Amino acid sequence: MKSLYDLVIIGAGPAGLAAAVAARDFGLSTLVLDEQQIPGGQIYRSIEKALTENTPVLGKDYFHGQKLVERFRQAGADYLPEATIWDLGRDLIVSCLVDNQARQIRARHILIAVGAMERPVPIPGWTLPGVMGAAAADILFKSCDMIPEGPVVLAGSGPLQLLVACRLIDNGVKVAGMVETNGFGDNLKALPHFPGALRVPHYLIKGLSMLWKVRQAGIPAFRNATNLRVEGDESAEALCFDARGKAQKIPAKTILLHEGVVPNLQLTRLLGCEHQWYEPQRYWKPVLDSWGQTSVNGISVAGDAGGVFGAKTAEAAGHLAAIDISSRLQALSAQEKASAAAPLLKERAREMSIRPFLDTVFPPGRQALVPPGNETLVCRCEELTAGQIREAVALGALSPGQVKAQTRAGMGPCQGRMCGLTVAEIIAASRQVPLAEVGHLRVRPPLKPITLGQLAKLEIAE
Amino acid sequence: MNVDTQFDVVVIGGGLQGCSVALHLAHEKKRVLIIERDSCGQHASGVNAGGLRRLNRLVEEIPLSMAAQKMWHDIESLVGSDCGFRPTGQVRIASNQEDLATLEERAQKTRLLGYRHEEMINAEALRKMVPAIGNRGVGALICRGDGFADPALTCLAFRLRAEDLGVTIRQGSGVSAIEKNNQNWRVYTGAHSFDAPTIVNCAGAWGDRIAAMAGDHSSLKKTALALMVTARLPHFIDPVIGHASRKLSFKQMSNGTLVIGGALKGILTENQKDTLIDFPQMKESAETVCSFFPFLKDLPVVRCWAGIEGMTPDKLPIIGPGKAGSGVFHAFGFSAHGYQLAPIIGRVMTDLICRGKTEFDLEAFRINRFLP
Ligand SMILES: Cc1cc2nc3c(=O)[nH]c(=O)nc-3n(C[C@H](O)[C@H](O)[C@H](O)COP(=O)(O)OP(=O)(O)OC[C@H]3O[C@@H](n4cnc5c(N)ncnc54)[C@H](O)[C@@H]3O)c2cc1C
Ligand SMILES: Cc1cc2nc3c(=O)[nH]c(=O)nc-3n(C[C@H](O)[C@H](O)[C@H](O)COP(=O)(O)OP(=O)(O)OC[C@H]3O[C@@H](n4cnc5c(N)ncnc54)[C@H](O)[C@@H]3O)c2cc1C
Repeated sequence: MKSLYDLVIIGAGPAGLAAAVAARDFGLSTLVLDEQQIPGGQIYRSIEKALTENTPVLGKDYFHGQKLVERFRQAGADYLPEATIWDLGRDLIVSCLVDNQARQIRARHILIAVGAMERPVPIPGWTLPGVMGAAAADILFKSCDMIPEGPVVLAGSGPLQLLVACRLIDNGVKVAGMVETNGFGDNLKALPHFPGALRVPHYLIKGLSMLWKVRQAGIPAFRNATNLRVEGDESAEALCFDARGKAQKIPAKTILLHEGVVPNLQLTRLLGCEHQWYEPQRYWKPVLDSWGQTSVNGISVAGDAGGVFGAKTAEAAGHLAAIDISSRLQALSAQEKASAAAPLLKERAREMSIRPFLDTVFPPGRQALVPPGNETLVCRCEELTAGQIREAVALGALSPGQVKAQTRAGMGPCQGRMCGLTVAEIIAASRQVPLAEVGHLRVRPPLKPITLGQLAKLEIAE
Repeated sequence: MNVDTQFDVVVIGGGLQGCSVALHLAHEKKRVLIIERDSCGQHASGVNAGGLRRLNRLVEEIPLSMAAQKMWHDIESLVGSDCGFRPTGQVRIASNQEDLATLEERAQKTRLLGYRHEEMINAEALRKMVPAIGNRGVGALICRGDGFADPALTCLAFRLRAEDLGVTIRQGSGVSAIEKNNQNWRVYTGAHSFDAPTIVNCAGAWGDRIAAMAGDHSSLKKTALALMVTARLPHFIDPVIGHASRKLSFKQMSNGTLVIGGALKGILTENQKDTLIDFPQMKESAETVCSFFPFLKDLPVVRCWAGIEGMTPDKLPIIGPGKAGSGVFHAFGFSAHGYQLAPIIGRVMTDLICRGKTEFDLEAFRINRFLP
C-alpha cells in the first residue's frame, strides 16, 4: 500500500471494477476500496463465492460479472476490501478504516462508484420484523443463500420487484401477491418513450418473460394500490391496501417493499458537489459531464451513484471515467482518449435508451414519498414520525437542515441516509413548494461511526 | 402583499443575541423587525456546545455572566421552555502541581474581586464529583450552578417567543446596505427596504461588516470551531469537563451522547459561510479524551460539525452604542462564549435603547477600543 495513488476508486461494483481495469491499462497507480469482503458490487455480489448450483437461478448476467472480477484481480490494482470510508475531502484525501486502523490516503484523482441504495418505503408497519426491501432480500440471497420465508408479498414499483418475484418463484417460495403502486396510467405516460426502448429489445423481452412467469405462477396481482400498511403485532402478518375499489388484505410472513433505488450521495454531498433533481424517479443526482466529472476538481462519479442506469451502463461509465482521468493525468493523449472512448460512448447511449421508458413505467408511489398519516415512522434512528416532521414545519422549519435542528431527524448514526429524502418530501408537500426548493440535509463526517480510540490512532496523510 | 416597512428597531442577525434583543424590546412594546440572512440559529447560536460557564470567564465579563446565569436558572419564564437547561456544574481539572498553581492563582484573582462563584476542590472531592477520573486529577476549580443547555431548543424557544410577542422575522436574505435619512435608517435587504430610527447589529461573525456600514471600525476574525458527538452511553458523568492546561472539554448530554470540543479549529470554506472538519485536530482531541477516560476508547463518534464564530483580538465581545447619536447599537464578536450571555444581552441592549443606560459597566466592550 502506498500513501499516494494516481487514482483511488471507492466501490468495487461494475463501475469501479471496469474503471480499475482500464486505469491499470493506462498505467495509473490505482487503489480500490470497498466495504464488502469481495468485489462485485450490488449486482455481482459475492460472485466469487456464488454456489454453482444457483447458476440457473442467478442468471447469465450474473456470470458476466465473473469475467469482470477476474480481469480486475489480474489488473494489478491495490485492493482494500472491508474498508469503511468515513471522510473525503476536496484536498483529495480519503480517510478510511481498515482492519481497525484509521488512515488517510492521498489521491491525484478520486472516482466515486458507490452505487445506489433502495429507497426507504415508510408505510405504517414498515419497521416490523418480516418487512424488508426487495433488493435487500435479494442481497441476502446472493451473499448468504438466505431465502425469505413464505408466503411473501411484494409491494411497490420498479423492475427489481419483478426480478425478485421471479427469483422467488424459481426457488419455490410461495408468493402470495404482487401489489404494484403504479398502474395503467403510467404505462400510457411511458408510451412516447417506447420507441427509444426498442433500441435494446433484449431488455423488453426479458421484462415480458418475467411478467409472463409471474402470470403463469398464478400470483394474485394488483395495480394502482394505495393506502398500504403492514399489519402484525410482533412481526408482519399481512399487507393491507386499497385496490380495485375496495380494501384488500393478503396474509404473509414476509413483506418485500420496493419503490426503486436512488443514488448513494453521502460522498458527493459531503464534498459539496453540485446536484440536480431528477423528476421521473424523484431523486437527486450529482451534476456530471459526459465523462463523469463532478463540479469539484479531481472528483469523478461513475455508475449508479451518478444516476440509476443499470449494470451495463455502470461498466461503460467506469471505463469512460478511467479514460478521462488518465488523460487528465497525462497518461493518454487527446487522440488516444477520443478513439478509446468512441465505442464506449455508443454502447452507453444504447444501454441508456431503455431508461426513460423504465423510469416512467415505474414511478415511485406517492404514498412512499410522502406518508399521508402522521403516525408513520420516518427517522428510524431518532424514532420520529411524519407528524413530528410536519409539526416542525408548522413551527417555521423551511428546510431539512432546520427540521434536523428542531427534531434531530437525521442526527442518528445513519446521518439521514434513510430519512433524508422523506423529510424533504414532507416539507415540500407541507409548504406546497417544489422539492428542489427545500434543499437537502448537510452531510457531516464521519460518514460511518469511528471510535474515539480509532480516531486517536489515525494515521495522518503527510 | 402589503409589507410593513416602518419599525421602531431593526435587528440585523437572527442568532440568539438578535432574538434575545428582539424579544426584550418587544416587552417594551417596541415594533421590531429581525432580518436574518440565512435562517435563525443556523450559525453559532444553533450549533455550539451548549456550555453555560461562568467558570474561568474573562473577569470583565463576570458581572454579565453572573446575571445571565441567574436568568438561565429561570429560563422558562423568559421563553416558555426549559431549553434543556441542566445545572450540573462545571469543573476545570488539574493533572499536576503546575495546573493546580494556575487554578489557584485564578481562584485568588476572582476572590480578590469579591466573587465567590468559583471554588477549589481537592483530588478526593474531584473523584467524588467525577468518579471516572480515577487518579488522573489532583484537584479542580469548579463552579456549581454552571451547566449546559440545548442550543437548538434554545434558538427555537427564543425565536418562537419573539414571534409570539409580535416581532417580525424575515429570513433568507441578508442586509446589503444601510443608509441614514434624517432620523431614520433605511435598511436594504434583497429587493426590500425597511426604516427604523434604531438598528441593532447582532450579525455574529459578520458583525464587523454591518458595523462598517454604520461607520464604526472594529476588529473581528471569523473562526470555524468544531465539535464531535458520540453514540449514546449510559450516564456516567454530571458536570461539564474542562482542564487547566490540556484541550479537554466535553459533557454528557441528557440523551447520553458526549459532546466533545474545546477550541478545536475547523476549516472555513471560501464563501466564509461554510465549514469543514480538520481530522488531525479531532485526532488530538480524541487522544486527550482517551488518555483521561480510557474506557471511552470504544465509543463511536457519530458526527462532527463546526460553526463560525467572530473572535475579537482581546476575546471580549463588542457590546454598546456605535457613534454617538447614530441610533446604531452593537452586540457581536462573542469570541466563543456568547451562548451563555444571550439572555442578559437582550436586557442590556433594551435598557440602552429604551432608557439610554444600563446597570452594567460596558467600558471593556465598547467598539471604539479598536480605533487605530
Ligand atoms: C437485487 C438487484 C438486482 C439487479 N438486477 C439488475 C439487472 O438484472 N440488470 C441490471 O442492469 N441491473 C440490475 N441491478 C442494478 C445493478 O446492480 C446496478 O445498476 C449496478 O450494480 C451498479 O453498479 P455500480 O458499480 O454503480 O454500483 P454497485 O454495484 O452498487 O457497487 C457499489 C459498491 O460500492 C461499495 N460501497 C458503497 N458505499 C461505500 C462506501 N461508503 N465505502 C466503501 N464502499 C462503498 C459497495 O459495497 C458496492 O460494492 C440490480 C440491482 C439489485 C440490487
Ligand atoms: C462550535 C462552537 C461551540 C461553542 N460553544 C459555546 C459554549 O459552549 N458556550 C458558550 O457560551 N458559547 C459557545 N460558543 C459561542 C456562541 O455560540 C456564540 O458566541 C453565540 O452563539 C453568538 O451568537 P450571535 O447571535 O452573536 O451569533 P450567530 O448565531 O452567528 O448569529 C449571527 C447571525 O447574523 C446573521 N447575519 C450575518 N450577516 C448578516 C447580514 N448581512 N444580514 C442579516 N443577517 C446577517 C447570520 O446569518 C447569523 O445567523 C460556541 C461557538 C461555536 C461555533
